[in-house]
Amino acid sequence: MNKAEDYAIELRRIVKRFPGVIANNGIDLKIRRGEIHCLLGENGAGKTTLMRILYGLYQPDQGEILVNNQKINISSPRIALQHHIGMVHQHFKLVPTLSVEENIILGLDEGTGPFTNFRKVRKRISLIANQYGLSLDPRTKIWQLAGGKQQQVEILKALYREVEILIMDEPTSVLTPQEVEKLFTTLRFLVKNGLTIIFITHKLDEVMKVSDRVTVLRKGKVIATIPTQETDKETLARLMVGREVIFCLKKNPVKKKEKILEVKDLHVLNDRGLPAVCGLSFELYGGEILGIAGVSGNGQNELAEVLTGLRKLIKGEIYLDGQDITHCSTREINKLKVAHIPAERIRVGIVPTLSVSENLILNKYFYSPFSRGEFLNYKAIKENAQAMISEYQILTPHYQIPVRILSGGNIQKIILARELSCDPRMIIAMHPTYGLDIGATEQVRQTLLSQREKGAGILLISEDLEEIISLADRIMVMFGGKTMGILEGENIDLERIGLMMAGTKYRGEKM
Amino acid sequence: MISAKKWRFKIEERSSVSNSRVLLTSILAILAALIIVGIFFQFYGVSAFKAYRLIFSGSLGSRFGLAEIVRRAIPLLLCGVGLTLAFRALFWNIGAEGQLLIGAVAATGIALFSKLPPFLLLPAMFLGGFIGGALWGIVPAFLKVILGINEVIATLMMNYMAIYLVEWLIHGPWKGPSARGFAYSDPFPPSAMLPTITGTRIHWPTLIIGLVISVLIYILIVHTKSGLEVRVMGENPEAARYAGINPLKVTLLVMLISGGLAGLAGVGEIAGIHQRLLGPTHISMGYGYTAVIVAWLARRNPLAVIFTSLFFALLITGGDVIKVSLGFPSQMINVFNGAILFFLIGSEFFLRYRISFIGRR
Amino acid sequence: MGWENWIISTFSRSLAYGTPLLLGTLGEIYSERSGVLNLGVEGMMIMGAYSAFTTTYMTKNPWFGILVAGIIGGIFSLIHAFTSITLKANQTVSGLSLTMLGLGLSGVLGKGWEGKPLPSTIPKMIITPLNSLPVLGPIFFQGQNLIVYFTLILVPILWYILFRTRIGITIRAVGESPATADSQGINVARVRYVCVFIGGILAGTAGGYLSVAYRPAWTEGMTAGMGWIVIALTIFSFWNPINGMLGAFLFAALYHLSFRLQSYISPELLKAMPYAMAIIVLIFVSRGNLQKRVGAPAALSLPYMRGED
Repeated sequence: MNKAEDYAIELRRIVKRFPGVIANNGIDLKIRRGEIHCLLGENGAGKTTLMRILYGLYQPDQGEILVNNQKINISSPRIALQHHIGMVHQHFKLVPTLSVEENIILGLDEGTGPFTNFRKVRKRISLIANQYGLSLDPRTKIWQLAGGKQQQVEILKALYREVEILIMDEPTSVLTPQEVEKLFTTLRFLVKNGLTIIFITHKLDEVMKVSDRVTVLRKGKVIATIPTQETDKETLARLMVGREVIFCLKKNPVKKKEKILEVKDLHVLNDRGLPAVCGLSFELYGGEILGIAGVSGNGQNELAEVLTGLRKLIKGEIYLDGQDITHCSTREINKLKVAHIPAERIRVGIVPTLSVSENLILNKYFYSPFSRGEFLNYKAIKENAQAMISEYQILTPHYQIPVRILSGGNIQKIILARELSCDPRMIIAMHPTYGLDIGATEQVRQTLLSQREKGAGILLISEDLEEIISLADRIMVMFGGKTMGILEGENIDLERIGLMMAGTKYRGEKM
Repeated sequence: MISAKKWRFKIEERSSVSNSRVLLTSILAILAALIIVGIFFQFYGVSAFKAYRLIFSGSLGSRFGLAEIVRRAIPLLLCGVGLTLAFRALFWNIGAEGQLLIGAVAATGIALFSKLPPFLLLPAMFLGGFIGGALWGIVPAFLKVILGINEVIATLMMNYMAIYLVEWLIHGPWKGPSARGFAYSDPFPPSAMLPTITGTRIHWPTLIIGLVISVLIYILIVHTKSGLEVRVMGENPEAARYAGINPLKVTLLVMLISGGLAGLAGVGEIAGIHQRLLGPTHISMGYGYTAVIVAWLARRNPLAVIFTSLFFALLITGGDVIKVSLGFPSQMINVFNGAILFFLIGSEFFLRYRISFIGRR
Repeated sequence: MGWENWIISTFSRSLAYGTPLLLGTLGEIYSERSGVLNLGVEGMMIMGAYSAFTTTYMTKNPWFGILVAGIIGGIFSLIHAFTSITLKANQTVSGLSLTMLGLGLSGVLGKGWEGKPLPSTIPKMIITPLNSLPVLGPIFFQGQNLIVYFTLILVPILWYILFRTRIGITIRAVGESPATADSQGINVARVRYVCVFIGGILAGTAGGYLSVAYRPAWTEGMTAGMGWIVIALTIFSFWNPINGMLGAFLFAALYHLSFRLQSYISPELLKAMPYAMAIIVLIFVSRGNLQKRVGAPAALSLPYMRGED
């Protein structure tokens, strides 16, 4: 079989530089026709960059691309699509205000002149959907669809374009475990029908489950390409990180102490004025981590915003240490030692153009010694910055450098340093390790655990089930703005969480 | 396959920009704008060299010209400094023109009708002018923060409303009996007139107020809590909300000061130059609009406004010279304004990104 | 004057005054739907007014004047397109400088043209059988001109293109999510250039209508803030041409009704009315629980650069 091997894609010596980093450093990659090929690597290993080159979104600085054994220059997505290469991005490339069918024909030369025969389009959509076991109403607007359905639109979009090579970038991050299973079934079905799939991920379980072969990337280089059957999780993990990885964190048992947070019958609206949190009640104790799991968009964001005073509630009560904070402002809640690690750290957590030292006091510049009266005390601000930089090992050339030039991991460390340096009573952490490399992830998790030891109550909101299961003492699952129940101890079980994420209520022992 | 030969450029974001590069880029942008306007002169049938020679010699070449530059710079300085603060908070105040006029109206009201003792009259006019401009300025601030109404439209509409308010006053209730059919108010009493440097129209008290305020605003922005809040809100409104900064408070503060300073500029013009309320285009020939560019060219730094306001005052003064000697209309200053602003914001691309040529393929 | 005549005259005048507002609004809707905020409408309109007047004066052909006004408006808009799309400059400031430049250039170039009489203007039309219809006849078919009809026909056409054709899908996608459009092989910059250009042509035509049809004359700054009212109407319309039409004519009707107050309010204060009304219109829009920005294109006024997501 060696000589006659049939490659759909061949990448040769691909190099891509960005200011300050080499994202791809001489990458060779061969994808066989009809296989599911996983690209495994940590965040920042260069997986997505490589695939964006293949899809024509980036131009490589060096190297060549062969599709069906023919050297081609993919200068834009349009060219990629002409060669039947499609990509489903991690953040879906769908226009929320357009309908499914409008999204599907976007960018196509369908119909005569500017006119589109939507009846014909719909017919073809339903034909393809039936063929691959997908079900969608072409006239629904995208924003009305849940994450899993939106992904189906993306796949349908690719199939409508007669894609033969499909790149999927971290496709499971918005799905429940059950939806993941369904996706894997669909993918196997696609391969059976002659498609080739490149599957980008950093999750080892998925690699083992779905792929035929796997290529491990690290720091912009290919470490190995192996048939999946000939390897195991531990080997892959070592290859990916470059050293032995400890899979579990050391955690002392909870000493359940006083009640820190009490939420009673909370009702909150989202930006569109629709109910996002509907009658939620729970308690959080000192020295515990309460994980909140759920598919994104089930009220977690709104919950975090209400608890930090960023959003008004329409009904309900919130008590912090027995004190009513239901109608307190963000500043008032902040002064009660509530730390908030926001989901979108660059958009919300920092001011990119301000200096490291100024970003480190955003939640306490109004206290002495950082300000005296109306005036800022730059000496104290500088000393605070120097202390924080060494304590949290923030890698920055100088404390006066604008934050925007730092890496994601260091930005997260700045936020942690700022939020946790006041000995918080309660910490609300959203996706605290999202997009960080393994080193930074470990540091963030250790920091959270040490705050737990100190007796803080921690609300950990995350879509990464692995993270929640390894850190949390109790897990609450949210669906449709309600709680589906709280799991504890040996009740914590991945499949059970999955069912709850899909809307099944947990009522004690059996589901 | 024959590969198409194509020039290829690489565009990368710069991580930091040095001050000297900012200065150099700004100067090049202004030069480019002046060249474009020069070509326009040529098309208009006037030698560009002659026009520029007149602009510069007419303004810089005589004591009178220099004094005119300074007196033109006073309203630009006051309005421009206020705008740097508003722009820092990302509030696009295009309404300095109207705020200036309302300041002038308030000062006129106090000068003509207040019956205050003479030594209190000028301070009261300045205070009243500040309050008038500030009130005119905080209306769009409320509209933006509470109702989400675009401040560019709101401030502009309020400019037009201020213009017609002045028109109404000088044609109607405040029309002076001694104005003999002209649309003027009565002249101010002597105690409501600002002193000037002899032989010039430089009303020096306003100038000193302007200089002191530009230093104060600089200190406010860099060294105070409120200044930090303004910067955080302007650079990342989401982070400001997250840090518990009240957007209404910051926006009101900023527009109170920005509008108030424009109001002071109006007091200066009315009490220092005209000494009566007259047609809005005579009180201000678009100082409020020119100040937008003054503040932008200063890169929102209130100290730099001292220099940029002088530069635009030079253009206005030179514009007066070619108006008289070459018959150019007064709208010429808007041509300069538009061209310079375009080149300035266009040049920012070259500050933000590094463009390198990477050959042909 | 009977009340019937009164209604007829108000409506017929609103149609005439609302037409340039509507033309400008239609153009701005297209520009903003593609994600480009163009605050230079006032500048493009005044350049259109100036060039239509001078062209008509020299060629004695008002239609040629209107054509040139559209072209000049379009060319003028490309300056804004270049700085805001290619150079990714701040769109607020860029649009503002376009307005300054337009007011300045037209003021300087038009100095010698003020007060000159036009040899010919766009004729008012009487459409014979239809003008005898009761009420509608005198409003729509007597004393209006071809540009009014052209604008009215444009409304459904532009609505259809925007919401029912592939071109419209492309424009809306570019304004909502340029990264998505880009990933589907759509040239974001090209779509935006075209939309800004359309906006410029329509704004220029609106200006031409003012100087050779509405009140045939040239005076410096004769657009008097109409461009800014267009921006307000665009928001009022929720970026929909049909609503834009309703808004423009509603505004024009209110404007004419305000002149009924002439005997109570001095003329100077009446002149301030449209500007106050523009603000009130915006307050009205935001009050109707609609400030959730349902219609605003998500990428409005944000420059697009590939790979920034």
